[in-house]
Amino acid sequence: MQTSTQNPNESTPKVVESKRQKRAGRIADHASGGVTALLVKIGMLAVVDAIAVYALFILFLRQDWVIFAVVLVITALVNLVYFKRGLLPLKYLAPGLVFLLIFQVFVIGYTAYISFTNYGTGHNSTKEDAVTALIQSAQYRVPDSPTYGLTIVEQGGAFNFLVTDPDGDVSIGNTETPLTEVSNAEMSGDKAVSLSGYNSVDFTDIVANQDAIAAMTVQISDDPNDGALRTPDGSSAYLYLSTLSFDEAADTMTNTETGVVYADTGNGAFTSPDGEEILPGWSVVVGAENYVTAFTDESIRGPLLSVTAWTFAFALLSVATTFILGLFLAIVFNDMRMRGRKFYRVLMILPYAFPGFLGALVWAGMLNKDFGFVNVALLGGAEIPWLTNEWLAKFSILFVNLWLGFPYMFLVCTGALQSIPDELQEAAKMDGANPWQVFRRIKFPLLLVSIAPLLIASFAFNFNNFNLIYMLTNGGPRDASAGINVGASDILISMVYKVAFSGADRDYGLASAFSIIIFLIVAIISIVSFRQTKALEDLN
Amino acid sequence: MSTSTPVLQHTRTAASAAAKRPFRLSRWFRATGWRHLVGIAMIVFSVFPLLYVLSASLNPNGTLLQSNGLFSSLGFDNYVTLFTNSQRPYGAWFINTLVIGLTTAVGTVFLGALAAYCFSRMRFAGRRFGLLSLLIVQIFPQLLAVVAIFLLLTTLGDIFPILGLDNQIALIMVYLGGALGVNTYLMYGFFNTVPSSLDEAAKLDGAGHARIFFTIILRLVAPILAVVGLLSFIATTNDFVISSVVLVTPERQTLAVGLYQFVSDEFTTNWGVFAAGAVLAAIPVMALFLYLQKYIVSGLTAGAVK
Repeated sequence: MQTSTQNPNESTPKVVESKRQKRAGRIADHASGGVTALLVKIGMLAVVDAIAVYALFILFLRQDWVIFAVVLVITALVNLVYFKRGLLPLKYLAPGLVFLLIFQVFVIGYTAYISFTNYGTGHNSTKEDAVTALIQSAQYRVPDSPTYGLTIVEQGGAFNFLVTDPDGDVSIGNTETPLTEVSNAEMSGDKAVSLSGYNSVDFTDIVANQDAIAAMTVQISDDPNDGALRTPDGSSAYLYLSTLSFDEAADTMTNTETGVVYADTGNGAFTSPDGEEILPGWSVVVGAENYVTAFTDESIRGPLLSVTAWTFAFALLSVATTFILGLFLAIVFNDMRMRGRKFYRVLMILPYAFPGFLGALVWAGMLNKDFGFVNVALLGGAEIPWLTNEWLAKFSILFVNLWLGFPYMFLVCTGALQSIPDELQEAAKMDGANPWQVFRRIKFPLLLVSIAPLLIASFAFNFNNFNLIYMLTNGGPRDASAGINVGASDILISMVYKVAFSGADRDYGLASAFSIIIFLIVAIISIVSFRQTKALEDLN
Repeated sequence: MSTSTPVLQHTRTAASAAAKRPFRLSRWFRATGWRHLVGIAMIVFSVFPLLYVLSASLNPNGTLLQSNGLFSSLGFDNYVTLFTNSQRPYGAWFINTLVIGLTTAVGTVFLGALAAYCFSRMRFAGRRFGLLSLLIVQIFPQLLAVVAIFLLLTTLGDIFPILGLDNQIALIMVYLGGALGVNTYLMYGFFNTVPSSLDEAAKLDGAGHARIFFTIILRLVAPILAVVGLLSFIATTNDFVISSVVLVTPERQTLAVGLYQFVSDEFTTNWGVFAAGAVLAAIPVMALFLYLQKYIVSGLTAGAVK
């Protein structure tokens, strides 16, 4: 390297020049940044690092090693990118990439993972939490149990039980940590009343927080089978035992009243020999079970297929109807002789400017069967079930979507029509083409070249047009024979939402499996359609 | 010139001939008159629902049935009710929507512009791959992963409450996950139209890459920044799926979530108040949209065609 710069050779002047340029560029970069820019950069990195260190500290305390490692690696990479000379592209990409990787790429992978679990109502925690919850839910107050002297103390906003047991020993604990003995408590009579580092809670505060305090259960020891303390009044506590007892070695739950033994059969819940499950359970990987259910269970496969078919029909018909109306209007109003075109144009695009979710809600009111404007005022009291009949609901959805979507198509078609050179039209006229032929053979193909990508984008948007469906018909009318909460006008995305988030029975695993199925469908369509557009562009 | 003169004369004679011809209704109708009929029909179709909401919002008897008499009685009672109902804090929703929408818009514009500058001006290994993978990731919209987002935020919220459910900062960060993507493509196309000789001239004058970006490029691409910002704002305002899952407490919710619950709870009796809320929510968005519509349409078509 050095030799070549010292002996500039006739054959390599370009290399030397570019090297010099590079060096000059570096110097310029260095000189131009200035002190302020450097300080801003260091300041921002300091903020990022401070947040990261704080997060790492908390994660370390919680011993959450996976997230700890992730935060550590991301922070290290960010620092590397911004302190190392070079890596210029990454300096510009890094901020967006971090968000993209976590909230778009990672969550897709996470969706795939959840689709292989039984995550959902009754199965949304770890096994440890499930054991504690089960034992607590079956607690009863031990008859004739001794009374524990109790003082509620507070530390960092959390309530603790300061307990004096019948033998006079003092211990402290809260909902998360079982009782541990303490020796330095301040006594009043034979009851501990305060402990250094904690604030004793007075009577008015106990009354103010009585619901929270009455709901507290503090375990006597690490073993949940030993029982827990609860208080009805905030001044004395009683021992509660559970009718369920957990045998850690055998990994079974025993009902001490009936003697039934519930075993962990790998399905994420303790199950009796008869197959009876006690819930809550915990989430476990169940393999492809969700997918198998989706495709074999008759009460789910039927709705899934019909919803998929309607999703395609809806997306295609939405694009077709809005495009045809938009194109028709674009042609009608693309006549130079016509007056007041601007006036019409502004008024016609108003529905597009109106927020979409509000549009759907307003139409839901207007199409209401008993009180809506369409039935009552327009049709003179007819009781047409616009939104509650299967086929009328589908029609209404397409109609409202036409209202919402035609202005967009009108705008882009007008733009595309105007960009077609007039010479082509004149040349065609000279050759004796009639207006229809001019449109069909010349304008339309040219228009399609520029509009086709937008039509595909519109299809993709409508394929997941959640707001319209959910706000207008809520997917209804509901399909009573289906095993899941799904209706006749539901599309795939609204079905996912309803399975995951509506009603008491939430099934995140099944919903994620549906999501992955949509992913696959959309991916296949995209690949095919992008190829098609390439072909269309080649036409030009 | 020699070819254009006869054409010019020709049109002139045609125009004078048309002026001399007597006005005939049937001919006028066949040429442009029917277009006005179509226009009037379409205006009724487009504008009527909007007039209906406006009338319902001004009707003091706020039920759905009574809203059918258009502009039969006028009053601002619904607007007053809207801001005095403590269970349905409309004012808070409005502010939340503005804050979340604006923050997301600014963040999206900034992150997208950084990436677009990088892809447009720098040549590096993996550039094509990067552009392509941005396109591919967009195939999977965020709302499909809503279950995973919900569970991720539940887990994160246990550790850092600020990133958990019912927190607006968490919601904004989720939205920013979608910042690179379509927006980057729109901006990338526009950045490419700014001649790179400008950058080179600035470089010769001693400006570094950061200075070129912040003081030269960002100013030249201001129109596309406005368009992307507005599109992002509209998308955020319209989002129901993610915000309804993340935001739980009424005071923290956005307009889309709040207004939906407004009508879904007591559909027919709350109608007037809902209509008032809808009118107030729509006015700023519609005003901005109509003001910037030329840029939006050109931006949409340009990004897709390129």
